[in-house]
Amino acid sequence: MPTFPFSAIVAQDEMRQALLIAAVDPSIGGVLVFGDRGTGKSTAIRALAALLPPMRAVVGCPYNCDPDSPAESCPHCASTSGPRKSHKKPVPVVDLPLGATEDRVVGTLDLERALGAGVKAFEPGLLARANRGFLYIDEVNLLEDHLVDLLLDVAASGVNTVEREGLSLRHPAKFVLVGSGNPEEGELRPQLLDRFGLACEVTTPRDIATRIAVVRARDAYERDPEGFCTARARDEAAIRKKILLARERLPGLAVPDSALERAAQLCLALGTDGLRGELTLMRTARALAALDGAEAVTDDHIRRVAPAALRHRLRRNPLDESGSTARVERALAEVFS
Amino acid sequence: MTGPAPLTFGGNPARTSEDEAGVPSPVRERGSVAASGGRSISPAAFAGERGELSNGDVPQGKRAPGNTEAPRKIWPDALRAARLLATDPHGFGGAVLRAGPGPVRDRWLDGLRAALPPGTPWRRLPPGIGDDSLLGGLDLAATLAAGRPVARAGLLAEADGGLIVMPMAERLPPGIAARLAAALDTGTASESPARFGLVLLDEGEGDETVAEALADRLAFRIDLSGVGIADCDTPAVAADTDPGAPELDPLGTLCRLAEALGVASLRGPILAARVARALAAEEPVGTDAITAAARLVLAPRAMRLPTPEEAEAPPPPSTEDGPTEDTTDPAPLDAAEDRVLEAVRAAIPANLLDQLLAGGVRLATAKAGRVGQPAAARTGRPIGSRRGDPRRGRLDLLATLRAAAPWQALRRAEGETRPIVVRRDDLRIRILRQRTETTTVFCVDASGSAALERLAEAKGAVELLLAEAYVRRDRVALVAFRGSTAELVLPPTRSLTRAKRGLSGLPGGGGTPLAAGIDAALSVALGVRRSGSRPVIVLLTDGRANVARSGEGGRARAGAEALQAARALRTAGLPALVIDTGARGEGARAVADAMAARYLALPRADAGLLSVAVRAAL
Repeated sequence: MPTFPFSAIVAQDEMRQALLIAAVDPSIGGVLVFGDRGTGKSTAIRALAALLPPMRAVVGCPYNCDPDSPAESCPHCASTSGPRKSHKKPVPVVDLPLGATEDRVVGTLDLERALGAGVKAFEPGLLARANRGFLYIDEVNLLEDHLVDLLLDVAASGVNTVEREGLSLRHPAKFVLVGSGNPEEGELRPQLLDRFGLACEVTTPRDIATRIAVVRARDAYERDPEGFCTARARDEAAIRKKILLARERLPGLAVPDSALERAAQLCLALGTDGLRGELTLMRTARALAALDGAEAVTDDHIRRVAPAALRHRLRRNPLDESGSTARVERALAEVFS
Repeated sequence: MTGPAPLTFGGNPARTSEDEAGVPSPVRERGSVAASGGRSISPAAFAGERGELSNGDVPQGKRAPGNTEAPRKIWPDALRAARLLATDPHGFGGAVLRAGPGPVRDRWLDGLRAALPPGTPWRRLPPGIGDDSLLGGLDLAATLAAGRPVARAGLLAEADGGLIVMPMAERLPPGIAARLAAALDTGTASESPARFGLVLLDEGEGDETVAEALADRLAFRIDLSGVGIADCDTPAVAADTDPGAPELDPLGTLCRLAEALGVASLRGPILAARVARALAAEEPVGTDAITAAARLVLAPRAMRLPTPEEAEAPPPPSTEDGPTEDTTDPAPLDAAEDRVLEAVRAAIPANLLDQLLAGGVRLATAKAGRVGQPAAARTGRPIGSRRGDPRRGRLDLLATLRAAAPWQALRRAEGETRPIVVRRDDLRIRILRQRTETTTVFCVDASGSAALERLAEAKGAVELLLAEAYVRRDRVALVAFRGSTAELVLPPTRSLTRAKRGLSGLPGGGGTPLAAGIDAALSVALGVRRSGSRPVIVLLTDGRANVARSGEGGRARAGAEALQAARALRTAGLPALVIDTGARGEGARAVADAMAARYLALPRADAGLLSVAVRAAL
């Protein structure tokens, strides 16, 4: 059964924009989606991965390395020389379930080979499988802290360093981290919150028309998945093209000083800690500009991404709830007045 | 007497519209609802037919047993759901079956199994299942014996196309629930097809319920806890053969119904649409199918009571967790939809309003105390090793080799070629000790004698401690007592959002039912301890009890009962701290002594001082 198409997702504009931005520039550092159940979080992420063109990967490489430029840190591709065989495979979406052990996530000593053949070998974990794809964690707020910490670290550096059970190696792990959860059930520590690139809030649509549209789309898809996807093929191709073009354009895109100044003003006005806010804001705005096909980053881009890039970085009295989104909006109004 | 259960299920599962016993006529149902006078329904009146509930003497906080709708009406609906589920287990996701173990539950399960096509997989999921048996993995015993990896299929893949029954689903660890939810969504487990349906047997009592993340994905919720075995013999009522007028906009109708019932998640109407289509068997979908689908899928998820048009009173209070609050009035339903709603209303658990008033619908809240409970020590500081399966913990390689070493000479003698022979018995895993988290249970006197500003201070202190716990990952709970009862305002939580909402809605004034307050704090603390966390009770009171457990006034009796409750707390061995907020401080000291608690007199403490004191004492 084909995956539900991304272009058929109704509403949830902010989440879709954030996911597209993360797909264009994975170095933004992941997307955190907080909100109710049944709002299409996991549908959106699976749809996005399915929409991306299949990637070429080295045959037999557990880390899905690109045959043209295998990652420096890839132990598999470094040990083989000469031309590498490649094949096409879909962009991976790896689910990280709650209660996963560190072994499963990071990888561990390959028990089979250690016991069977007496060989010290590494058994790659979920991080390896997610390389060049997406790592999706539902209920990230319930994940044990040390795992979240580890994940954010790897997501930021793109390399997983393993030092355990007498193993010592590094392997590439560049992925888009997508976490979702419901704040009613527990919150992420502020230290961790800050390390996600973007944060968006999703809610169940409240107006009947939108709700009906969602149910109708889902229903049409379930009755005839193939037909539904075929009908959407053109829209899907358009989004795919947009992402690919944006990726090409991204490195050459200029960020004028005026935009940086705006970003700095915003962060000052909001009193965010450190410089991560500015950096993310700048990268995000650049990715959005690339998606738009713009020549340079403008105030408009900054304005559009500021809530997602900043709302989770505000220093706050944990009990003051004058809405972080509202505070970002206020600061936006001030700076851009 | 009808025959055994399979007979009840006989017939062709595809033909469902004719032999349904389920749908009671709207007219018959309307009587009881109309009598209760539209929106101003009192819980007792709404409980309707159940005599023991109508006398208005239901002890508060005690949940009415099961579904108070006449059991004879529940059973046919349950049967109908089973029959539907058997036709497409994966499509409908499955069912949550709330019932204790017993003949009624067995009969339903037997019926479900009999309705499945022969040869359909049917698996039971043991509660403590490991990842390898669930998703598939290495067969450790075989691998060690053979000296090469031997794989085995997981239970989810084995159940492809069939059903998985999960007993004691309310105790399902979040990790397994998450894996099941992912498999339901994708239809695969470890890349092999696993298109199964799930039957969650919910045997929970009181607040224990199955994880909503999982329940939300299943079409049916059946509550058989009020059904006796005699009710299962209800003969099938000859149903209307008229499929009803063709429905012009079935999806729109279901969406509007869901809205009217306060069903926030869109999985509700989506699953209902699937059920309606299965019931109708052919296009167009008739009103009957819509009605039945709404009864089966939407009614058990209802978060508020649909309101008849003529009613003028304000809508019933939404639950604290209901994402439906401050929504505008649901879009007006047209006449046909009204008739559907009328029929659906009959299937709404009659104690819904009770639950709403008592502070939350079962499925929606409840989990607060259980999420985030420590996963069986998989993290923490290593403090040694023991024999065990390395997939349930972390392999301690050195200890394993050390255990295997003495036997090598012996094992090699058997004509073994491997350099080292390790057997299952040699495997050692690390023992890890986890930092146990603390849950502070605040028990706050919100009575008139404790003066209202005390309450404000207590709230402030709870907030400050919570802000700290937020960083330390500790939890806070709040019990308040006033008038004649105690109330759990804030179940153990780390969530600021919840805490804030619970605190801001806390009223003050009335008598001082100290005994009830201590009892409530004790039961919360014991629950906390069961879930593996360390409870600490902080009692803020002036100690002047004047309401007994029965709700009657009388200082002497109330005081004696309070001391008795305090002694129970001491017996349970719970650490406690009493903060005396009164000016003279005699009563509170006696209570503190009785519960062997630390005593702190703080007649004029502000929130900051209070939180400093509590921190110092813990």
